[in-house]
Amino acid sequence: MQRNSIVFTLLVATVLCVVCSAIVSTAAVILQPRQERNKELDRKSNILRVAGLLGAGEASDGKKIDELFKQIETKIVNLETGDYVTDIDVDSFDQRAAADDPQQSVAIPPEEDVASLKRREKLSAVYLLNEDGKLKTLILPVYTKGLWSTMYGFLAFEGDLRTIKGLGFYQHGETPGLGGEVDNPKWKEQWEGKLAYDDDGQIALHLIKGTVDPSSPDAAYKIDGLSGATITSRGVTNLIDYWLGPDGFGPYLEKLKSGGGNDGK
Amino acid sequence: MASKTKDILFDPLFKKNPIGKLVLGICSALAVTTNLKTTVTMCLAVIFVTACSNTAVSMIRNYIPSAIRIIVQMTIIASLVIVVDQFLQAYAYGTSKALSVFVGLIITNCIVMGRAEGFAMSHTPWTSFLDGVGNGLGYSVILLFVGAFRELFGSGSLFGYTILAKTTDGGWYPANGLMLLSPSAFFLIGLFIWAVRTWDPSQNEEA
Repeated sequence: MQRNSIVFTLLVATVLCVVCSAIVSTAAVILQPRQERNKELDRKSNILRVAGLLGAGEASDGKKIDELFKQIETKIVNLETGDYVTDIDVDSFDQRAAADDPQQSVAIPPEEDVASLKRREKLSAVYLLNEDGKLKTLILPVYTKGLWSTMYGFLAFEGDLRTIKGLGFYQHGETPGLGGEVDNPKWKEQWEGKLAYDDDGQIALHLIKGTVDPSSPDAAYKIDGLSGATITSRGVTNLIDYWLGPDGFGPYLEKLKSGGGNDGK
Repeated sequence: MASKTKDILFDPLFKKNPIGKLVLGICSALAVTTNLKTTVTMCLAVIFVTACSNTAVSMIRNYIPSAIRIIVQMTIIASLVIVVDQFLQAYAYGTSKALSVFVGLIITNCIVMGRAEGFAMSHTPWTSFLDGVGNGLGYSVILLFVGAFRELFGSGSLFGYTILAKTTDGGWYPANGLMLLSPSAFFLIGLFIWAVRTWDPSQNEEA
């Protein structure tokens, strides 16, 4: 057969495609369980880090993460009403997919859309850490637009739902060394103990330009801005404003504070 | 023969460096060199892909119809890259997250394609394999050079270990923000090419 004949060309193309697709799909199928497990561990360890159960630099194997994660209770919340939703399987709920699915998400009214997200999921997972029957830490999944990317992370509250326990991003594409400093442990440390709301219950926490003066009366509502990363810093402030506001977790936090009422039964 | 094998393997390091001499594949040299850990992973991935794609293309070179040869090479390269990406996601999840799309973009790395078309199509599998490894190493030399400079002066560390204590962490070294941005890689590659061509003037093009 001629090397450049049409029949031979088609034959080579077909054989090549079959062989290559077999190799690729074999690799994908064999490795998939490991990849899924990595993703799950990554998510869990981020929740644990924000809750302060896992040290920032602590090496962590899968077993330990699973063990630690057992303390945490996952619930699904209807963001609009602030009630728990009980008829959804927590383990199979994929929040990131829900945010992209027109059926499972709603458009954010422009005047509410401080974090430039355009749409948000109707339901969100929340993570509760209880101690002696009382809420000790509440962890909320949050995201916002930075300079280059949507930044995904978790925000953790102390049991009083006013004091911040921590904030951590697990996925972002900000400039390393500038906006990427949101991952700097030193910067993240200062979130602990800050107050999200002022005495009147208004959202007050925000990032400022420069360094917070610890002696100023409202230092508890201020976080150091990231130097050289104005837009990333603004994004983080927007995250607080949006997700604690009426279109985010506002209704849920209200109900949780007033005690009970979150059952949705 | 032995010296010829050695030439094929080591020439691409300095004498015919794919980035320095041919100025191929600089796109990823900018993107993945902010720290050494991702740089090393990227280097290993590229060496693997160039070596395997060169070998595979060379093995079937006598059967590839010339009309579809580019797309045949592309398919082989793309498959190898997907396999590498899948492996990284399974066994080096953190690094694979840091490299994000750039592993996938090895497909478009001009070096891989360039060696498949320019060398493997006309040489035996073994020499093509060596050429692939050699060019992968040549690419790595530059990436490691750029990565080491950028991490040391931009973040004050090497492989994540602090060498120069940064002022932001209470040390004495004010980090050089430019090093963390892509343009610094251009400066470093430019300096590297300058140094190599001073050492070996035969690489200079006629003005």
